[in-house]
Amino acid sequence: MIAVEHLTKKYGDLVAVRDLSFKVERGKIWGLLGPNAAGKTTTMRILTGFLPATDGRASIGNFDVFEQPNEAKKILGYLPEVLPLYPDMTVTEYLNFVAAIKKIPGAAKIDAVARAVKVAALEPVKGRLIRNISRGFKQRVGIAQALVHDPQVLILDEPTIGLDPAQIIEIRSLITSLKGERTIILSTHILAEVTQTCDGVVIINEGRLMASGSLEELTASFRKKDGVVVKVRKDAQVAADEIKNIGGVEKVDREDGDLKVEWRQGLDLRDDIARLIVEKQFGLLEMRPLAMNIEDLYLKIVSGGDAS
Amino acid sequence: MNNIWIITRKELRSYFTSPIAYVVITVYLVLVGFFFYSMIWWFNSQSLQMAQNQYYYQQLNINQMVFSPLFHNISIILLLMLPLVTMRLFSEEKKIGTEELLYTSPLSIHEIILGKFFASLLVLLTMLGLTAVLSVLTFVYGNPEVAPVLCGYLGLFLLGAAFIAIGIFFSSLTENQIVSAILTFGALLLFWIINWASYSAGGLWKDVLNYVSFLQHFDNMTQGILDTTDVVYYASFAFFGLFLTHSMIQSRRWR
Repeated sequence: MIAVEHLTKKYGDLVAVRDLSFKVERGKIWGLLGPNAAGKTTTMRILTGFLPATDGRASIGNFDVFEQPNEAKKILGYLPEVLPLYPDMTVTEYLNFVAAIKKIPGAAKIDAVARAVKVAALEPVKGRLIRNISRGFKQRVGIAQALVHDPQVLILDEPTIGLDPAQIIEIRSLITSLKGERTIILSTHILAEVTQTCDGVVIINEGRLMASGSLEELTASFRKKDGVVVKVRKDAQVAADEIKNIGGVEKVDREDGDLKVEWRQGLDLRDDIARLIVEKQFGLLEMRPLAMNIEDLYLKIVSGGDAS
Repeated sequence: MNNIWIITRKELRSYFTSPIAYVVITVYLVLVGFFFYSMIWWFNSQSLQMAQNQYYYQQLNINQMVFSPLFHNISIILLLMLPLVTMRLFSEEKKIGTEELLYTSPLSIHEIILGKFFASLLVLLTMLGLTAVLSVLTFVYGNPEVAPVLCGYLGLFLLGAAFIAIGIFFSSLTENQIVSAILTFGALLLFWIINWASYSAGGLWKDVLNYVSFLQHFDNMTQGILDTTDVVYYASFAFFGLFLTHSMIQSRRWR
């Protein structure tokens, strides 16, 4: 539904995006993740037709955004990072204006605006001037604006930035509720956002694609060694030394009561470790797989280090 | 066409919900009213003085003594006021980030530019229309010729349209409205008096400088002389301004 192929964007000598390729399937929410100045906004601006690319192709649905910009724009809803709101309009006036420039025919406009107001829960403020409503409502108006023409594709640039924790949760659940028919790309530098709302992720840094795929695929591919984290009640240091002696164990790191045990790939030493702890009466409190979470993954990718 | 109208309507709304349009129109009306009053007063006193002498009395012409200078004064007021009308058109969209909404909607750039241009033209027409009351008063109490007055108003309209197009261009250059207004004002003033340089220039330059000057073409129209050259001049000036705006917006996005 969204395809980016070998996209490059240069601002003079500065290369904002280089040779970026990824695909998002219909009905999925994907996160575009990266530190500040990674090229997220530039990528989104190219996808929405706001900026032309220096090189490469991008398409929305079946439409190339450079060759058939107006067709692509019709099926696209975009929430820019800076909310594109006219402070002197009321919420309803604003949504009517957006509906008009998105070419919704006259009769369908009232319904479209009413639907956007309902979905974004703007009922309480719809008659008020945009300049007088709270930041959280402004963000909702921004999302309503992107939705008003019922687009198949939504591109949301930092949809939760500048909101308080309660509002962030509201907006996230709003975004999740929009899933289904729509294909959504959202950019963020908040990791939790990706794990909570997205099906897949594209991680970029300094304009380069660092990784992309579904969350499971990515965490699996970055985990090279198998292991567990074990928590014991007492004598953690002694336990660590004992576990080290089990055949196949490569490394045991101790962080207070937590023992991070890694073993050679292909083995499964969970039974042996559990038996040892129980027999020696260290007190087994917890044992969980040493899975790499998205945060480790992200930090590893962004710092350029190898996942180990 | 529909798209252009959507933008025009939005801009008009914005003019008339903010104080700008009201302040500009009010100040304009006060100034024009004052000039009109002075001119009529002067014309009256001249009439009384000359009433003794039949020959001179015949020479008095309200078109030349009231309307022609009045149009000149209005043109100067427009020179000062129209940059304030156009300064926000693109600068504000850039500043508050709404340009992203406009340029990612299925609208062409020329539709956006024309929409804004027509909105400013309507503000200009409102300004000129309101001062038409003064002209009507002279027709009630005197007997000026109609054609030269209409020609003068047409001149003001064309001149204003060219001013607006230049203003829109400078508005597309910067996100700062004050900068946009100052640049517009500077450019308009320069084109207003650029024929002064023709006194020292010779040959082709003299003709060119005279041709591009706003003033030269406007003089004819205040005298009631409607020449297609002048109409073409203003129309092409307006077109040129809008064309430059289009190129500027395109190139900004390609850079």
